[in-house]
Amino acid sequence: MSPRAFKQWAVPVALLVVLALVPQFSIDIPYVFNGAINTPGTLQLLALCLVFGGVAMSYDLLFGYTGLLSFGHALYFAVGVYITAIAITKWHWSFVAAIAFTALIGILLPLVLGAVSLRVGGIAFAMVTLAFAQAGSILAFKNPYGWTGGEEGLGADYTKLPAGLVGIFNTKHLYWVALGFVTVAFVVVQWAVASSPGHIWQAIRENELRVEVLGLRPYAYKLMVFVLASFIATAGGVVYLLLLGGATPEVTSANFTLTLLVMVVIGGTGTRWGALLGGAIYTWANERLGEASSSHAISSLPSVLRTPLQQPLFVLGVLFILVVFFVPGGLVRIGKVRRPRTLQRLQEAMQK
Amino acid sequence: MSSLLSVADLHVYLGESHILQGIEFDVSEGGVTALLGRNGVGKTTTLRALMGLVDRRGRITLTGEDVTATPTHKIVRRGVGYVPEDRDVFAGLTVDENLRLAERDTDPRYELVYDLFPELKQRGKQLAGTLSGGQQQMVAIARALLNDNRLLLVDEPTKGLAPLLVAEVARVLERVAELATVLLVEQNLGVVQRVARDAVVLDTGRVVHAGPARELLADKPLVHRLLGVGHA
Amino acid sequence: MSTFVLLTITGLGLGALYFLIASGLSLIYGLMGVLNFAHGAFLTVGAYALWFTESKLPGMAVLPRFLLGALAGLVAGGVFAALVELILIRPLYKRHIEQVLVTVGLGLSTTALVVAIWGNDARTVAAPAWLGKTTTVFGAHIPNDRWILIIAAIVVLIALNAFLKRTRYGLIIRAGVENRAMVTALGIDVRRAFTLVFAIGGVAAALAGVLSGVYFSTVDPARGTSLLIFAFIVVVIGGLGSLRGTAGAAVVVGLVQQYANYYASSGLGDLSVVLLLGLVLLARPSGLSRSFA
Repeated sequence: MSPRAFKQWAVPVALLVVLALVPQFSIDIPYVFNGAINTPGTLQLLALCLVFGGVAMSYDLLFGYTGLLSFGHALYFAVGVYITAIAITKWHWSFVAAIAFTALIGILLPLVLGAVSLRVGGIAFAMVTLAFAQAGSILAFKNPYGWTGGEEGLGADYTKLPAGLVGIFNTKHLYWVALGFVTVAFVVVQWAVASSPGHIWQAIRENELRVEVLGLRPYAYKLMVFVLASFIATAGGVVYLLLLGGATPEVTSANFTLTLLVMVVIGGTGTRWGALLGGAIYTWANERLGEASSSHAISSLPSVLRTPLQQPLFVLGVLFILVVFFVPGGLVRIGKVRRPRTLQRLQEAMQK
Repeated sequence: MSSLLSVADLHVYLGESHILQGIEFDVSEGGVTALLGRNGVGKTTTLRALMGLVDRRGRITLTGEDVTATPTHKIVRRGVGYVPEDRDVFAGLTVDENLRLAERDTDPRYELVYDLFPELKQRGKQLAGTLSGGQQQMVAIARALLNDNRLLLVDEPTKGLAPLLVAEVARVLERVAELATVLLVEQNLGVVQRVARDAVVLDTGRVVHAGPARELLADKPLVHRLLGVGHA
Repeated sequence: MSTFVLLTITGLGLGALYFLIASGLSLIYGLMGVLNFAHGAFLTVGAYALWFTESKLPGMAVLPRFLLGALAGLVAGGVFAALVELILIRPLYKRHIEQVLVTVGLGLSTTALVVAIWGNDARTVAAPAWLGKTTTVFGAHIPNDRWILIIAAIVVLIALNAFLKRTRYGLIIRAGVENRAMVTALGIDVRRAFTLVFAIGGVAAALAGVLSGVYFSTVDPARGTSLLIFAFIVVVIGGLGSLRGTAGAAVVVGLVQQYANYYASSGLGDLSVVLLLGLVLLARPSGLSRSFA
């Protein structure tokens, strides 16, 4: 292994090892977590952070690397959550069959919808993706044949799930599944970005016209990254279903895609660790702020401060605004004041 | 003659390209200074940089004041008129509205404008988007003349116009040169010959020649080398 | 027949609601290139200002209470929108993506703040009794609030049109929608027009918020966001920056939604609107290029 490859992979591998060992240690990190790190509650939270880190990375593939602003990424995540849940609970399929079917949809759906959406670019593309996701959201609420459970959502039939992943004592297994997901996602994204199509995606972000002039078809490459990113999101959706034990329509909303956008921007678009970091931090903050709101420190504040702070989305929204103002490159780019190229290129693409 | 406009070490980047690589020239007050060069050397970009329409680095001095960091609308309010390459008249507005929008001073010079371009008075209520190229050019120039501007930046006013209209534009430019200093980007050397006092020549983002226009145009080999026109 | 009339008028009422929100969105995008995700927040501010004002005047008769509340809503919406532009948008001049992102953050924060202060549950709005009654037209019993919505939308359309055609700022905005750079090249500080356009959008959205409070009899924190998506669809179908296009698209969307929901099946109306958007965009992606109002 060349010294450069070693340097590249040393940190991720070390991190992976550390994270894999988390369930084995009973360490308390006050304020950060509510309970030792190997308790089911904390493991559940960590697993959620990892899942969203992975899904955020898939969004970054589209937005940060290729310059495609999608407002409908939630749809493909929802596919992972809902299709699996419906298959095992409503159609009574086995877990394996459900996963296989979900994977199939997870490739075909973005292929078809992407083929249609990518005929346009810029704002038009953003709006078409929003439209398709909205359609999915409406379907989820409409509860056709009683499959999606409408507003209440759908609980997964736990008898169909692998025994090792059910029950509170198996949370650490779920944690490892989530870790497995985010690891695979990380490797796939890093490899894809460094590959030849990956360079073309970034070239498309920089100057799509130039890519065309070179004799390549940007459309084909955009479709490729669209399907890949959506598939990773679908996989994340399956893990999410396992973690929560059910599907709710919130994951189909435009709001959900917006939170992905927030995650990626807070972390830092188009970087190695940005999306992962942003996804993890956002998820952690969302959860902990919700818990902290009932803590002593906050309830002793005057109500003017206490009331807004009890809403995680308020704190996160304000944090997001501050990041956009002062650190537009995201947290991984703190120290570099200049505006990241990703945003500049995206602006140029949007103005067409 | 004093320097109305002074440009030093002007750099402009568009994306990755280093379009202007240290432009340096002066424009003396009065008359027409022609900005010449082959296609793509940065003539239009220079005018846009002077107008503050692109990010620029360097030093631009207008009537003695440093305007390098001044925003576009403030530069214009110092008495600068701009006639862009594609005219940029507002297609959805009428001719009257296009002119009204350009009003800045308390006493806009409608008499002068209608004297130079009587057609604009007749077509006042016509949508600017339905005008011919030549008529749009009139609106574009009229806009810049409406106010008592000291400096006019004019970008290829004869582009795409029939010979009769080209002569008309040249005539207008002569008239305008009596009222304000003009920095004129032009490919048509006949027009340059007729109206220009000084000439500045650009090549790949730099100034390669500056001097009286008459001298430059008389030197055929030089013209061929710098502008690629005519024979050596 | 009477059902058809009912559907048509209520469809127009819905379209009127969409137009009130979409008009501001369209102008803001047309002039500034900003996709204002905080527009729903302007609606929410207007709606809650109405409710809040009403709740502070319990002794008053319904009509003046409602009118004061509505006035408060409009003022709150306009002022809030202007402040948003001045504090959050203007400093990010020329950084369009950051401006859009900031509106996303603001939209999320404002909804969360409203939930924090007043909770998730819907709050009842007191409106004059006759708004709740119906008028009979061709055998159809039309709720009176639909008429108010339609009238309000028409008034706003006429007022905006007059503003754009007859005032200097209107002229600046119409020109700016076509070519912002050239407007600055004429010595005009477009930034003031930006604030104005935001304020106008804020007032119109707040009006939508107030009237939606009447339409639904309640105000709730989520409505701004859910209506915003439909408003975006209307703006995109109608052509970003085109007032007339927005009006036309609002009518079409409102009617399609009502007819489909009734004649096809409930819920299908929303879906068909979404599909309509998809079709329009794919058939005419240049419909997104800005056209003059």
